[in-house]
Amino acid sequence: MPSLAWRNTLQDRRRLAVTLTGIIFALILVAVQLGLFVGFARTTSNIIDHSGVDLWVCSRGVPYFDVGSILPERRQFQVLEVPGVLSADKLIVRFTFWKRPDGGQETIEVVGFDPHRTAGSPWSLAAGTVSDLLQDGAVMIDESYRQKLGVDHIGQVVEIRGHRARVVGYTRGIRSFTTSPFVFSSFRNALDFAPLNEDETIYLLVRARPGVDLTVLKRRIVQSVPGIDVYTTSEFSRKTQMYWMFTTGAGIALLIAAVMGFAVGVAVVAQTLYAATIDRLREFGTLKAMGASNRYVCVVVAKQACILAVAGYVFALGIGWVAVRAAARSGAPIVLPWQLAVLLLVMALVMSLGGAIISIRKALSVEPSLVMKV
Amino acid sequence: MTGPRVLERIRVERLTKVYRSGTARVVSAISDVDVEVEAGELVLLMGPSGSGKSTLLSMLGCILRPTAGRVLLNGKEVTSLTERELARVRLYQVGHIFQDASLLPGLTAMQNVEMPLELQGIRGRVARRRATALLERFGLGDKLREYPRDLSGGEKQRVGIARALAGDPVILLADEPTAALDLASGRAIFAHLRQLAVEEHRSVVVVTHDHRMEEFATRVLRLEDGKLLPAVVAGGAA
Repeated sequence: MPSLAWRNTLQDRRRLAVTLTGIIFALILVAVQLGLFVGFARTTSNIIDHSGVDLWVCSRGVPYFDVGSILPERRQFQVLEVPGVLSADKLIVRFTFWKRPDGGQETIEVVGFDPHRTAGSPWSLAAGTVSDLLQDGAVMIDESYRQKLGVDHIGQVVEIRGHRARVVGYTRGIRSFTTSPFVFSSFRNALDFAPLNEDETIYLLVRARPGVDLTVLKRRIVQSVPGIDVYTTSEFSRKTQMYWMFTTGAGIALLIAAVMGFAVGVAVVAQTLYAATIDRLREFGTLKAMGASNRYVCVVVAKQACILAVAGYVFALGIGWVAVRAAARSGAPIVLPWQLAVLLLVMALVMSLGGAIISIRKALSVEPSLVMKV
Repeated sequence: MTGPRVLERIRVERLTKVYRSGTARVVSAISDVDVEVEAGELVLLMGPSGSGKSTLLSMLGCILRPTAGRVLLNGKEVTSLTERELARVRLYQVGHIFQDASLLPGLTAMQNVEMPLELQGIRGRVARRRATALLERFGLGDKLREYPRDLSGGEKQRVGIARALAGDPVILLADEPTAALDLASGRAIFAHLRQLAVEEHRSVVVVTHDHRMEEFATRVLRLEDGKLLPAVVAGGAA
């Protein structure tokens, strides 16, 4: 026999549609907000996460990725002398100015790396190759920023902080969290754009020799090289994400919106499930008069809530997936990793079961004598 | 067919039910009632409205707790049981037939009859077979998949009887089962109830206003103002 919960849920199709709409709306709101949160968080640290190195060395007190301060080049040699270090590549990350062809100016974030090495290089190219960046003044921008930077073709000559530069390729999906687009160039070219002296850098990207304990290596580098901080890639990524998402309030706003969505969902489920339970009080009375235990009644209402949650989740996930696809090329990336999908299911269940609490209490309070004429 | 398990199925001693209305007013629904119902009996509980019939029936069926006195079902005192234990007594020992059948509208006739079995943990083919057999027995073999809204009053009540019998209880309690039925349907229902009592040795107690059904009873109990009047032995048979 199909469970009573299924029957109760499916019997009133109109109410089911209203409830599902509410749940779907709430879940989409939660999914989009959390997806934006994850998307933005990843955006803030995407260059760190794609660096492929083990450790990041920076000047002491650097709060997050985008505002590193100058390290003298000799730190590179000092780091390379530490036992367990395989390589230490220089990376420049610096805000500077881009002059558009129409005379307008944009702030950009130059990322200067060694094109012979992979550390710090762009990981997704739409046009051109990393080796193209070896040319004098060569730069790459993300295709999504072409309009903002006034670039309409490869080979276009532009001006960065008064220096001639030429666009040799496009990256794809490498967005900056700030309003300043990333502009990739060789380390040598970036010295002019930044500007930095030849014996300066911002970061050192360290690879450890195989089998070396990163915690131990970190400690060794800190002890051997003065005036620096050392982070594992995941530590620096998290530090940067935490700064942008929580210190600036950007993430808090998204999380508050997600909580609001969750609250809306709870309210919708609570209201409709309660109304459905009130309509069925006599049925619950009949069940109890027949000998149904409180547990059985509780399970019936809870199952109804779970059915609504799962059905709402499936629809919301489908719509969420479409939103992810639509946002893929926009400036507001929505990311829906499987962990978030699982979290959403848990939230849908918690939301529905939370909303069902009042209904469960009401159903449990029904006296079996309700069905008798006493 | 169910054989007699205990001769004296229901025993009620000095049963009293008092309702408190507000802070001062006390309404005595049942006062010092003593009743015994044996296996094979069809006992009618009759009396004017407000005489306490349904209240007494609810206490016999462990739906209401008495204010004072004792109820023994199958020789076991049930008055002091916990709510959970009372639910188990209702589930395994008592079959309830309600005034308007009180079928669950979202379930088919067969699913309604399966419900007590599901509550007992009996599911699947066994439950379906038993529900089908019961419905066929009451002439509803062609209505298995009908929903209550598609059944007549008499059919609903027969589904209600089949549901009450699903758990094979030895005690059947019916609260005005024919109140909304025409005479022919009502007589058919009572004929079934008498058969369940006399031929299957169940103990059946029925609350009714309808004096025309007295002929089916083995005994008629009359209540007035919550007190039992001297018993009348009915001699009729269906």
